[in-house]
This record gives sequence, structure tokens and C-alpha cells, in this order.
Amino acid sequence: MSDHHHKETFVTKYIFSQDHKMIAKQYLITGIIMGCIGVFMSMLFRLQLAYPEQSFSIIEAFLGRAGEGGVMTPDMYLSLVTIHGTIMVFFVLTAALSGTFSNLLIPFQIGARDMASPFLNMLSYWLFFLASVIMIASLFIETGPANAGWTIYPPLSALPQAISGSGLGMTLWLISMAIFIASSLMGSLNYIVTVLNMRTIGMKMTRLPLTIWSFFVTAIIGVVSFPVLFAAALLLIMDRSFGTSFFLSDIYIAGEVLHYKGGSPVLFEHLFWFLGHPEVYIVILPAMGIVSEVMATNSRKPIFGYRAMIISIIAIAFLSTIVWGHHMFVTGMNPFLGSVFTFTTLLIAIPSAVKAFNWTTTIWKGNLQMNPAMLYSIGFVSTFITGGLTGLILGDSAIDINVHDTYFVVAHFHLVMGVSAIFGMFAGIYHWFPKMYGKMMNKDLGYLHFWITAIAAYGVFFPMHFVGLAGLPRRYYNNTAFPIFDDLLHINKVMTVFAIIGGLAQLIFLANFFFSIYKGKKAPKNPWHSNTLEWTTEVEHIHGNWAGELPTVYRWAYDYSKLDSNGELWGGQDYTVQTVPIREGEEEF
Amino acid sequence: MEATIATENTADGTWAGGSNKPLGASYGKMMMWFFILSDALTFSGFLAGYGLMRFKFIDSWPIADEVFTHVPFIHGHYPMYYVALMTFILIFSSVTMVLAVDAGHQMKKAKVTLYMLLTIVGGLIFLGSQAWEWKNFINGTYGSLVLEDGKIVQFVDDAGHLIALEDFVTKSPTNQRVEHTRTNGLWFVKDAGAIPPYTVNEVVESFKNSPNVNLRTEQLNHDLKKKVVLSREEANQFLAKATGVVKGANLKINEYGHTLFGDFFFFITGFHGFHVFTGILINIIIFFNVIIGTYERRGSYEMVEKVGLYWHFVDLVWVFVFTFFYLV
Repeated sequence: MSDHHHKETFVTKYIFSQDHKMIAKQYLITGIIMGCIGVFMSMLFRLQLAYPEQSFSIIEAFLGRAGEGGVMTPDMYLSLVTIHGTIMVFFVLTAALSGTFSNLLIPFQIGARDMASPFLNMLSYWLFFLASVIMIASLFIETGPANAGWTIYPPLSALPQAISGSGLGMTLWLISMAIFIASSLMGSLNYIVTVLNMRTIGMKMTRLPLTIWSFFVTAIIGVVSFPVLFAAALLLIMDRSFGTSFFLSDIYIAGEVLHYKGGSPVLFEHLFWFLGHPEVYIVILPAMGIVSEVMATNSRKPIFGYRAMIISIIAIAFLSTIVWGHHMFVTGMNPFLGSVFTFTTLLIAIPSAVKAFNWTTTIWKGNLQMNPAMLYSIGFVSTFITGGLTGLILGDSAIDINVHDTYFVVAHFHLVMGVSAIFGMFAGIYHWFPKMYGKMMNKDLGYLHFWITAIAAYGVFFPMHFVGLAGLPRRYYNNTAFPIFDDLLHINKVMTVFAIIGGLAQLIFLANFFFSIYKGKKAPKNPWHSNTLEWTTEVEHIHGNWAGELPTVYRWAYDYSKLDSNGELWGGQDYTVQTVPIREGEEEF
Repeated sequence: MEATIATENTADGTWAGGSNKPLGASYGKMMMWFFILSDALTFSGFLAGYGLMRFKFIDSWPIADEVFTHVPFIHGHYPMYYVALMTFILIFSSVTMVLAVDAGHQMKKAKVTLYMLLTIVGGLIFLGSQAWEWKNFINGTYGSLVLEDGKIVQFVDDAGHLIALEDFVTKSPTNQRVEHTRTNGLWFVKDAGAIPPYTVNEVVESFKNSPNVNLRTEQLNHDLKKKVVLSREEANQFLAKATGVVKGANLKINEYGHTLFGDFFFFITGFHGFHVFTGILINIIIFFNVIIGTYERRGSYEMVEKVGLYWHFVDLVWVFVFTFFYLV
């Protein structure tokens, strides 16, 4: 396979590439662009929240007619919130996170030449690209992009005449997501079968790095949950464009009685959240895998509880599909059913806690290498625990009802899946940048980036909990109409300042990233002294990954600082690559 | 532990790596299985939605036995006969698919060709039958009245059987409406294609003149498994609220009862029909590949097996659709 080397043109090498390494980079760059757009939107609507209806020239500069006089229209505010959520959840944290690291690492770390189907892999990226283009294009249409929230609940999303964004903007949103789901399906199928069928000799499932386990399970959740969103989207399209009544009941709008009869918007919520909840694990599991790998490497210690980690990944995946009702406690759900969903939801705390304890135990007494990737991993554990604790509050129906649809919820999910997953993604980028581009990123800029980002993230989302507990509802354009919320304006200003600082801090990352691609220090073959297979390949990428035979694997991925019976390091170094055979007198684990 | 040589401790254990088929399936077949898993969940979403609505309106859902009664070339009402036949044909096409896969294992090209052809023919018959079912569903059989609140009332004889509007309604001589057809060149801008054959008044008047005709509502009597038939006085009260005549079905209204019954019927059988259609297309491609000997040269008929998996899946889904729509 490897000697069979086609002459590659610019187009087949950089654009319609079927090479997993190039596709990973394409996903990453597209994701970074989408991420910048999403973060920038959040800065704009944070301005409105802190300084309601005050004039900012930047708003007029970017929003044009929807920001005339420097004040954004309510419809545009809702659009920004909607598209921010959509882009960050689906395009950045689902597609770019899984797309980048699954593509890069699965063939590398299991010892394969490429994905099972490179063609499908290429198709997956280009469909993702098309979906991104359509989503961005919807920003530029006359009636504005979708603004029913990223959860697009009907009837707001189902009636084209409801608000401006329910028209063409919503249609484009649905088309974009349908294409996105096709892309996600192709990617996931590829990841699953590659992990199952393409592992090299000796790479048993129980020797896989935890990154691969988490990508593998993530792909399975994706295959199981995204089609249900697809079903919901198709039914919604039927309601919008063909006059069916799946999600619409008797309703009139602007005095005109519509013909819809008997449908149920709650049906949509069930279908949506059957995807929606597993979706947060699609977002967080790859980050968990990356963090496990980065932490073990940089603690120079084996990961604590390898099998417990695998079991908890699988347990989380299973439980994620039976908890969707906790998003719907206030839909008039039978309290008994609510208590069932409360029970299953709180069960997820167990595997999550197992993982959190395993990470802390992994770094316990480790020889910590505090590089940016490690800092981001520790940051991940921190935000995951902070956000996870409020998950216990929201998972309990009796308490959730009080804070439902307030900023408490926004604070919770931003910390536990937004910030955490972004931190996991940054950890991955800093750690595998040498593998992707053959260059090292600047460490000092990395430290600066981490500390500003981490402080800003807490600065935005920690006070947000209190704002939520005080009752401030999410998705409101302007809270000055309610005197009870007047006192909360100051704390909103604090959050906005931190949001802007955090957003601007990403410029450091962008500068570091793009500068390092061209001018970074040349990377050594195994810069982090890591055990996994990707570091046994040459720095220069070649088609087929390994020039000669595929490597044979003899051990798991976490033989760090392994001591022999005399208490000396095996081989005189604190890491043993997976390709090193078990030595005389050595036991495998 | 003893000193070990490379391959000794590696080739066994949990789904050992190193072979291309650790679970005994090629990656392509594995991919098809996971695709089927995914597609199954799409259908589950639709069927779960259908189930929810079916139970929400359990007291007024149309009775399938009264809706699907047509058999081609034969007059009269034979509930479920034809849909049972087309289900049988689809399942039988699965049998021929299995035979094709089996012949593929034995590398018997002629047999694979024959059985693939039979499978395709079975699929086409099913798809044609489905189209025919849709035609009957859209045209309607009996016709009914729609009330102000959007509910449907239907007409039955003394024995409780549905009767068609044309069996008792007489057109009033002053009725100037001309049926909308292409030949008479009429084009109704507002209600093109939806002109019912009678006006509400004609139906109501004819009902009053026909003592043998009774009116029934959507309401279901669960003990008798029949719709509730109204007394004469109640019927007149209901007819006073009638706003339109419905013949046939579309996505907004249908003569059988609840709007969602038509919506889900069109959507789910349509979505399934689209799967059958793509399945036939793929089968045709594979069929020609078999004929030109692609798999003979490749030394394996695995592609036939893979499309077979998809075909069986499509058939299996139909079993569920059939059960949910026609039987329960």
C-alpha cells in the first residue's frame, strides 16, 4: 500500500485530499474560522446585555441595517444568540473537535495507513464545509438568519411568518443541518469501522489509548442520536413548507386562523433532545480522551484506572441516551416520569466522578510537565467539575423547575460543555501541533493564552450562576423593562468585560498558531516523550504514515516511569513506546 | 512472566488487532451495519412520533380497515387484502435476495443474476403497489363533511357500513360547478384541484331526504371498535356546523378523520418508499455489475451481501410500518 504512491497535484493534495492528516487540518482550520465567528457574535450580544440599547459603532459596522445607529434590533439579537449556539455546538465542538482529532489520531494511534474509506472521509469534510457555507450565507439574507434559538422549538421555527428569522433564515438553517448530519454520519461510520477493523498487530482494544476509545464511543453516539434530529428536522420542514401539522396545533397569527390541527410541539422537544442530550457527550467525550492522554504523558505516570476510564466512557454513552427528559421538566411532564429522568440523570454523576477522580489521581505525585497542553487539561478538569456540580442541581426536577430557562442553565452548560470542550480542544491542538505541522508552538504565548482565557472564562460564567439564581431569564433582548433586574446590570457589565477580554485573548492563540506553522521551531520526532504510535512516524507526513511495515504493538499506551524489580527505570528512560516488546522479567500492566 | 517474542502475546485477547476482520466482517459490511443502525433510529423517530399521536387521539383515530379496502381490477371492499399481498411480495423479495447472496457465496454467477433480477422485480411491484395505494388514498372512497372545528363526519347505512356521497347525494339542478379537468380548460386559482363534487348544502339536503343514511363522528367506541353513530336529531345539529365537503386526502385535510392520520401516512410510507426506491436503484447497479462479471473477477460477491443487508433492512422497516399503520 505504501509503495503505491500517486503523483499528487495541488488539488488532490490540499483541496480534495483523501489523506486523513490533511483532512484533519482542513477540519481544524474550518473549525477555527467558524469558532472566531461564533465567539465574535457572543461579544456583540454581550454588549447589548451589559449596555442595553446604547450605541456602539462596532455594532453598526458589523450588523448594518440590523444595527442602525449602533443598536442591534431585537430580531438580530435573537439571531446572534441562535447562530452563536449552533456554530459553537455543532460546527466547532462537534465537527471540528471530532473531525480534527479523530481523523488525525485514529489511523496514527491504532497503526493504520489511513481511514477505512478515505473517499468517504473526504466527502464528510466537504459536506461539513458546504453546511458551514450555507450557515454563514444565512447571515447575509434580507430577513436575517434563524432566530428561534439553537434548539429551534416550534411553533416559532415552524411558522415562516412568525418572526423575521423564521422565514428563509430558518430554511437555510435546516438545510445546513441536514447536510451537516450527513457529513457527521459519514465521519462517524468511518471512525467506528476504522477502530474496529484496521488496528495493527497487537493493538487489542484493551491496549488502545483512551483518545481512541473516546473517539470510538463518540462516533457511536453520533450514529445513534443524529438521525433522530434528522427525523425532527424533516418533519419540521414538512410543517413549514408542505402544510402538515406534526408540531403545530390550533394556532392563529396576527388575527389569522391557520389550518394546523392536533400536532404537538412537545413531540419536537422529545425528538430534539433525544439528539440534544447525547450531543453534549459527543462534544465532551473527545475532549475527555484528549485530556486523559495529555495528562498521562505530562504527568509521566500511567493513567489511573485505565479500565475504569473505558467503562465510564461506555456508561456515559449509554446513560446519555436515556436522560433527555431533564431538558423538558417544565413541559407538563408527569412528575413520576420526571423523577425517572432525574434518577437516570443523576446516575451520570457516577461515571463522571470516576473520571474526575482518575484524572486527579493521575497527576497526584506525578512529574508534571507544565506545558500549555497540560495547563489546558487541568483547566478542563477544573471547569468540568465546576460545571458538573451545577449539573446535579439541574438534573433534579424539583430544583430545576425553579431555575429553568434562566442564566443559571446558561452558566452550567457553558462551563461543563462549552468551556471544557474548548479547553480539551486547545489541549489537543497544543499537544499534537508538532504532529500536524512538524513545528512547535510558542510556549510562552501558550501560557499567556491559557491564563487569560481561563480567568476570563470563569469571569464570565461564574457570576452568571448568581444572575440566574436571581431569576434573570435567558434569551431576553433587554432586561431593563423589569425593575427587579435593575441591580443585575452591573454584574452583567463585569461578565461582558470578561467576555471581551476572553474573546480578544484568542488573537494570541491565532497569532501563535499561524506564526508557528510557518516560522515555528522545527519539531523533534517525539517532542513530549510520549508512548503512542503517532510519534513513531516521521515528522514529515508521508502517504501511508509508516515508510516500511506497520508497527507491531506489545503493550498499552501508558508505560510511563515504569520501574523494574530493582526500582530502576526500564531502559533508563521514563517512557516505553508501545512498539517495544515486553522485556524479560517485565509484566505487561 | 517469560521473555516473549514479538507475536506471541499479541494475537489473542480482546478483539485482537492485526487482522483486517477482527469481528469476522469486512469494514464495508461493518459500515453497512452501522449505517442501518443509524437509519433505524431515523425511522424510530418517525414511528415514535406516530405512536405518540396515535395514543393522543386514540378516541378518534380512523379505522384502517375502512380506509385501505381496494384491490386492483376488483370492485367492492376487501380490507387489507391488497396491502397484505404487497407485504408478502416485499418479504418474498427478501427471500430471493438471500438466495442471491447464497449463490454468490458459491460463485454461481447465473443464479446470482436470476435472483437479483427477481429481487428487483419484487421491489418494483411493491413500489408500484405503494403508488397505487397512494392514488386511492388521495382520491378517496366515500367522501365526508368537515365541521367548523375541523372534525370529520362520515355517512353510514343502517348496518354501520360507510356509504359514498354519490350513492345518496343528488346534485341540485342549479349547481353550476364544473369539475376541474385539463380537457375543459378550467383553472381555479384559489381552489384548483380541490373542488369537491358536491356542495355542503346538497349533501345536507340529500341527507335529510334519505332516512336510511346515518351520520357518525370521529369518536370511537372502544368496546365495539366502531365509530359512534348519531341519532337523527344529533346528526342535524352536527350538520348545521358543516363547513365543507371533503373527498380524498391531502396533507391538510382528509376524509378519513384526523389530519395527522394523513400526514403520518404520507410521510412515513413516503419515506419508506424512498428507501425502497434507492434500494432498487442500488440493486440495479449491482445487478449489472454481476452481469458484466465484476465480482467474478474480484473473486467475491460481497457487494451483493452488502446491498442485501440494506434490502433486508428496508423490508424489516416495512413490517413495522405495516404493523403500526394497518394492523393496530
